Amino acid sequence: MDPLVNSLLNVVLILLSVVFGAALLTWLERRLLGIWQDRYGPNRVGPFGTLQIVADMIKLLMKQDWVPPFADRLIFIVAPAFAMFVVVAAFAVIPMAPGVGVVDLNIGLLFFLAMTSLGVYAVMFGAYASDNKYAMLGGLRAAAQMVSYEVFMGLSLMGVVMLAGTFNLRELVLAQVDGWFIGPQIIGFFIFFMAGIAESHRTPFDLPEAEHELTAGFHTEYSGMKFAMFFIGEYVSVLMSAAMITVLFFGGWLGPDWLPPIAWFLLKTITLVLLMILIRGSLPRPRYDQLMAFGWKFMLPLSLLNLIITGALILI
Amino acid sequence: MQHKTGLVHLGYIVWDYFYSNIVTLVKVASHTFTKADTVEYPEQMPYLAPRFRGRIVLTRDPTGEERCVACNLCASACPTDCISLQKTEDESGRWSAEYFRINFSRCVFCGLCEEACPTYAIQLTQDFELAEYDRQNLVYEKQHLLIDGPGKHPDYNFYEMCGKAVSGRAKGAGCQEAQPVNIKSLLP
Repeated sequence: MDPLVNSLLNVVLILLSVVFGAALLTWLERRLLGIWQDRYGPNRVGPFGTLQIVADMIKLLMKQDWVPPFADRLIFIVAPAFAMFVVVAAFAVIPMAPGVGVVDLNIGLLFFLAMTSLGVYAVMFGAYASDNKYAMLGGLRAAAQMVSYEVFMGLSLMGVVMLAGTFNLRELVLAQVDGWFIGPQIIGFFIFFMAGIAESHRTPFDLPEAEHELTAGFHTEYSGMKFAMFFIGEYVSVLMSAAMITVLFFGGWLGPDWLPPIAWFLLKTITLVLLMILIRGSLPRPRYDQLMAFGWKFMLPLSLLNLIITGALILI
Repeated sequence: MQHKTGLVHLGYIVWDYFYSNIVTLVKVASHTFTKADTVEYPEQMPYLAPRFRGRIVLTRDPTGEERCVACNLCASACPTDCISLQKTEDESGRWSAEYFRINFSRCVFCGLCEEACPTYAIQLTQDFELAEYDRQNLVYEKQHLLIDGPGKHPDYNFYEMCGKAVSGRAKGAGCQEAQPVNIKSLLP
């Protein structure tokens, strides 16, 4: 096949499947939370309620797309698009299988970290532009939370980079042929998993949108498709965290031959997504200062410790 | 836990955090295999207690006559004033309601009308599916309220018990009722 056609096909298919997968995830999450709370969840529209997504989409499209008169109009409109853009852009570097993946940057990991760091700007823009006290508090929390988890998120990945000796994600996967990094990097996995949840603003790290105390946090003033963009962005970043953990710690597409590589990749990603949903369904949200203390006083030393141990092991 | 410092204390804290969180995760995950409590209502009827208070009906006595004697006790007991009626009297001397109207959009289904009713005429049933598109359709007139049967007290007939003379049945003709005493007579 013509390489241009091939890469275009890759781009379109990955973009569509990511967005559709995120939409499906909204249904899956509600079903699973329902099951874990001894309910059914949405089970009415279509087979097992899967068409609930379509119903939600129609509802969100029909809703009035309201921009508050006191809002900073331009930033208010740009913020949700930005939230969606950065997570989808981060997906570009994730290698899903041999030949499947948008780009193959030799600094793929850094690109990923950069894009996820930009994600907080969407939240801050949205919060600032809303000119709403709850949104403002949510944006403040998002900024503070980002500063605390971004540090150990990057540090936790350094162990993997040290073991593989590369920032290229495809080579990182291939470096795991002899054994997944989950073994030597179990602490790194744990830290990155936490950071991944925090990155997608999900319970127990959903302080920026804590429903109980901040109504909806940074997206209090958003409705219709703008809200949906934030919402889908959150689920795309869940997928992205899970895919990234798969690539970095669970050997990406590597697995026995009786399933194609892409199936292994999806299987591992979906398992991690289920684990994230389970965590959302079980764990309470810590207090704001507790989260800060946890990040700086526990996770950061732990990731440094992990770094030292990994370095020592490599030298030996 | 005592206030301690140092690594041992840190270890305790870490253990506490992780142990309790992992127990929570496992417990929640175990609910994958429990049965949902949901009653899928339109297909599956929820259990209604025998004394459930639903739509109000007016019952008839075993002979098929209306039980309601239009005494107005239900209307005065009603906390939401949703019952309105007018008494009338037929040529035999029996009382009945000329009209009897319940506004179900105001009714709170407290059952005080049923408790107040001296003739077991007004009763609450198991039916709760009263939804209407037009609010006016929730105002039930007497013909909507009347049912054919006696409801919860199948054998009760008010005029047999009350001792009131109506045409066709004199004083003393009711059940469990002695003949009236002639107070002018000296005989026992």
